[in-house]
Amino acid sequence: MKFSENWLRELVEIKADRAALAHALTMAGLEVEALTPLGENLGGVVVAEIVGAEKHPEADRLQVCKVNAGSGELLQIVCGAPNARIGIKVPLATVGASLPGDITIKAAKLRGVESFGMLCSAKELGIDSDASGLLELPLDAPVGQPLATYLALPDASIELKLTPNRPDCLGLVGLAHDVAALFGSHVKAAAQVDAAVTSSARRGIRLQAGKDAPRYLGRIIEGIDPAARTPLWLAERLRRAGLRPISAVVDVTNYVMLELGQPLHAFDNGTLEGDIVVRHARDGEVLKLLDGSEAKLDSGFVLIADDNKALAVAGVMGGYDSRVTDATHNIFLESAHFAPAAIMGRARKLGMHTDASHRFERGVDPELPRRALERATELLLAIAGGKAGPVLAAENLADLPKPAMVCLRRARLKRVLGVDVADTEVARIFTALGMRVEGTSEGWRVTAPTSRFDIELEEDLIEEVARIYGYDRIPTHTPEGALALATEPEARLNELAVREQLAAREYYEAVNLAFVSHGTLETWGFTEQLVPLANPLSTDLAVMRPSLLPGLIEALSHNRARQQERVRLFELGRVFMAGNPPVETPSLAIVASGNARAEQWGEASRPLDFFDLKGDLDALVTWGGEPQRWAVHRDSLPAWLHPGRAARVTRDGETVGYVGALHPRLAKALDLGPDVHVLELALEPLLGRRLPKAQPVSRFPTVRRDIAVDVPEQVSWSQIEQAIRGSLGVTLAELRLFDRYSGKGVEAGRKSLAMGLILQDASRTLTDEDADRCVQNAVSALGAACEAKLRG
Amino acid sequence: MNQVGTASMEDLDSRATQALAEIDKTDTLDALDALRVSLLGKSGVVTAALKTLGTLSPDERKARGAEVNRLKERLNDALTVRKQALEQAELDRRLASEKLDISMPGRNGERGGIHPITRALERIAAIFARLGYQRADGPEIEDDWHNFEALNFPPHHPARAMHDTFYFGDGRLLRTHTSPVQIRSMKDRQPPIRIIAPGKVYRSDSDQTHSPMFHQIEGLLVDETSSFADLKGTLAEFIRAFFERDFEMRFRPSYFPFTEPSAEVDIRWDAEDGSTRWLEVLGCGMVHPNVLKNCGIDPERYTGFAFGLGVERFAMLRYGVSDLRAFFENDLRFLKQFA
Repeated sequence: MKFSENWLRELVEIKADRAALAHALTMAGLEVEALTPLGENLGGVVVAEIVGAEKHPEADRLQVCKVNAGSGELLQIVCGAPNARIGIKVPLATVGASLPGDITIKAAKLRGVESFGMLCSAKELGIDSDASGLLELPLDAPVGQPLATYLALPDASIELKLTPNRPDCLGLVGLAHDVAALFGSHVKAAAQVDAAVTSSARRGIRLQAGKDAPRYLGRIIEGIDPAARTPLWLAERLRRAGLRPISAVVDVTNYVMLELGQPLHAFDNGTLEGDIVVRHARDGEVLKLLDGSEAKLDSGFVLIADDNKALAVAGVMGGYDSRVTDATHNIFLESAHFAPAAIMGRARKLGMHTDASHRFERGVDPELPRRALERATELLLAIAGGKAGPVLAAENLADLPKPAMVCLRRARLKRVLGVDVADTEVARIFTALGMRVEGTSEGWRVTAPTSRFDIELEEDLIEEVARIYGYDRIPTHTPEGALALATEPEARLNELAVREQLAAREYYEAVNLAFVSHGTLETWGFTEQLVPLANPLSTDLAVMRPSLLPGLIEALSHNRARQQERVRLFELGRVFMAGNPPVETPSLAIVASGNARAEQWGEASRPLDFFDLKGDLDALVTWGGEPQRWAVHRDSLPAWLHPGRAARVTRDGETVGYVGALHPRLAKALDLGPDVHVLELALEPLLGRRLPKAQPVSRFPTVRRDIAVDVPEQVSWSQIEQAIRGSLGVTLAELRLFDRYSGKGVEAGRKSLAMGLILQDASRTLTDEDADRCVQNAVSALGAACEAKLRG
Repeated sequence: MNQVGTASMEDLDSRATQALAEIDKTDTLDALDALRVSLLGKSGVVTAALKTLGTLSPDERKARGAEVNRLKERLNDALTVRKQALEQAELDRRLASEKLDISMPGRNGERGGIHPITRALERIAAIFARLGYQRADGPEIEDDWHNFEALNFPPHHPARAMHDTFYFGDGRLLRTHTSPVQIRSMKDRQPPIRIIAPGKVYRSDSDQTHSPMFHQIEGLLVDETSSFADLKGTLAEFIRAFFERDFEMRFRPSYFPFTEPSAEVDIRWDAEDGSTRWLEVLGCGMVHPNVLKNCGIDPERYTGFAFGLGVERFAMLRYGVSDLRAFFENDLRFLKQFA
């Protein structure tokens, strides 16, 4: 909602300057979004007429004008504006005038010709952005009059960011009521002037849309002058409200909408046949609208029609065929009430948003149509002439919104706001807002004006009191109340701790958008159980991510493209899988590339490999205290992983993620090398943590025995570990694998593993014989379970 | 005998003088040890002198013995002093040879870091945790009821137009705010309630100042006494705790369907150029009675307040980030600044 400050001040006395007004509006919930001063400094600028114009002898683009500024003698002014010509009236900045931007006008010679002043564009005057040429004033503008007086300047364009609950402020008179309440003044309400009815032209109106359109007023005005010019004052108010003057009829309907908040529509009466019928559209009914678009309607739309055809989409936009043109002499002026529920969302459904729909879907005062119709008639007759027919009305009184009567309890007011507001102040606020107030034993009974669609509950009244009383005057207080100590389960890691641990392992946390493209998913081979958006922003952001990895790898590539070879990123976020409802799984993913360690001077560098990432996995898993519940498997890998350098991760036998190198095919498609490794795990299993149960520590020394065995290649370390642990039980304090070898000296298809058995007993010192027996047991268990052979 | 003894004594003295000089000249521990043996060892000079004592008279033996012993002590002391000096010198040499260039970078000292959004989010959550707010969460794919209707947004209401919503075509949508967690939390339990709900939210809007995914934190308190004054106090304390400084603050009336009265909170922010401006940082209000009712809480008995804030905004202000999009580019040169 944008409007002229001067206009508002004409409607209500405001005992405050512009800055204080803007502050008061903002602090009353009518946020001032923009405030543009207009014509701030126009002393010395007058209305002038160009009476002579000749080409400049030295410059093609300049003219030497003779200008009458009412001073008795003609002034010579050199001007470069393309529209400078004899007969027009324009603003003249006389010698000595200072214009916005600290420009002082001096007598000067331009290419050898003297010039005594400057003819101005709207932009040079700081009243509009138009710099295309001189600001052409109406031909009846009085020569010599200060421009500021003529244009009612200075002024300001104030733009409010109104919340949807305040449609009453979408008209200046409604806004004036709030301002009056804020400044303790009164709205200078203009009385409704009923136009003299000088024509008997009439047309029937039939309401057939029930509650959706309970009131429809209209009148025929015949014989208007289609070429009538909108007076300057009205055009200026429209311009300062951000609307371009178009024609007298359109300008008047816009003006009344700005002033009162009631959208109006004018039809070319000659295009109407029979009665006006207000009805629901039929499914599939099509209407060409004012903007030339074809609206495809359904029964959810209310339509203004005549006996034969659709004319306009109620509350949204008029039709093309019944529009007022520059040949229209007879109009039918509509001023109606449509229920918000009948208009809500309808314009959006047609892909549009209009001043009318904006107001009707929020709620327009049902008592406004007559007043607005009379106001528009008054203005139109004065501007464009014509003869007004009688006001034609159809209404279903029972379906009109009723003024709400709401009770406010004094105790409730205090409880909700935490402040005592004096009874007299409460009553004053309601009265100033145009509400009817009665005292009750507990507080007040308040009847809101019909313009206030937002007053239905006690809380609505509390808000009004708070708003006008001032949020600033409500004290600050710290909440009281018993503080229940929240219990944090110890048997659960929190996500921040996981993040910190990964940060300590040289990973940076990334945050990616949760959307990916179908194309990316196809490249990766994620094709099933996807959750696509119905209205994505773009094809790149079309599907909810089924994995964190595509996004993370993209981030990795982004960094590698910027000279970062060693990239280590992780992300925590949800991944999505189709279902009813869709399944959201909080997940953790890691991507890494480059060398295992940052480049440095003291150690040889080596490329990252599978076991680096597996080490990250081990660290995460060990933290939970139950690594034995976790295992890795080489089977059932997804297609995006290297079949020989990746593992499926399980916890308690259930697959919870994957770790390994990208499949070379995928890596190639993504323009990545073999050094890129990834890990993705469901987060929840990682957060499980064992509550420790302490065991006594053995007082006796450990004994170490190293053995080397060779086993078939496919025997896994966990099988070996299991066999040894099974054979030694609690005597095995620790098992350390310190070498793996295959090649010369080891039979093909087999590998040699060297390990240290750290043995200990809880009750005595182990003897050499004990230790030897342990080794024998371990070796024979390995032989049985893993075809292991002890090596020399 | 006397002759011998006297002469020996003199010999001994000169030998001792010579020995002391030798001790001082010895420059290795091995040589010093050899010298000690030659002087004090089993077949050393002093030992030999002691052995001759038996040939003397008791008086002489006593006097002479005492002298030899004094001599022995002198030599011993000299040997010890020299030994310590040599040991010290050797230690000094060794230490000198073991000197490292400690200016070289340490090994494996690299660290990663958490994302600035996480950092700001956790900071905010921790502040409210100290005030007794428990963390709560809900799905990111929501239904219309939780995201809108239960929060007092009727279907097609213009207030919905403030939320550019992503839909899935089955009636579900991506939550446009963390407020649905309010509903889930209140349906779960009865007051007193103090929860904080951080998480990702989605709006179909993307430009320099809007990301289609961003992070919000919703706060909710419901009990038998809370008022708008409590809301003001809570948020004033929070702002002070988060920024570790005082701000001029203002509560501006606003409109959210699920709170009434509603407010937007501005802080007086100092721009880099020294000017100040009001900056909106929070939305809040008293929980609308319809919302309490939708969750089975009696609005006559309980009142509450709710607030919501954008984590990116707080991270930008706190850490001086000027471009929202930097948060989602994951450029290491950006991320490393928050390690």
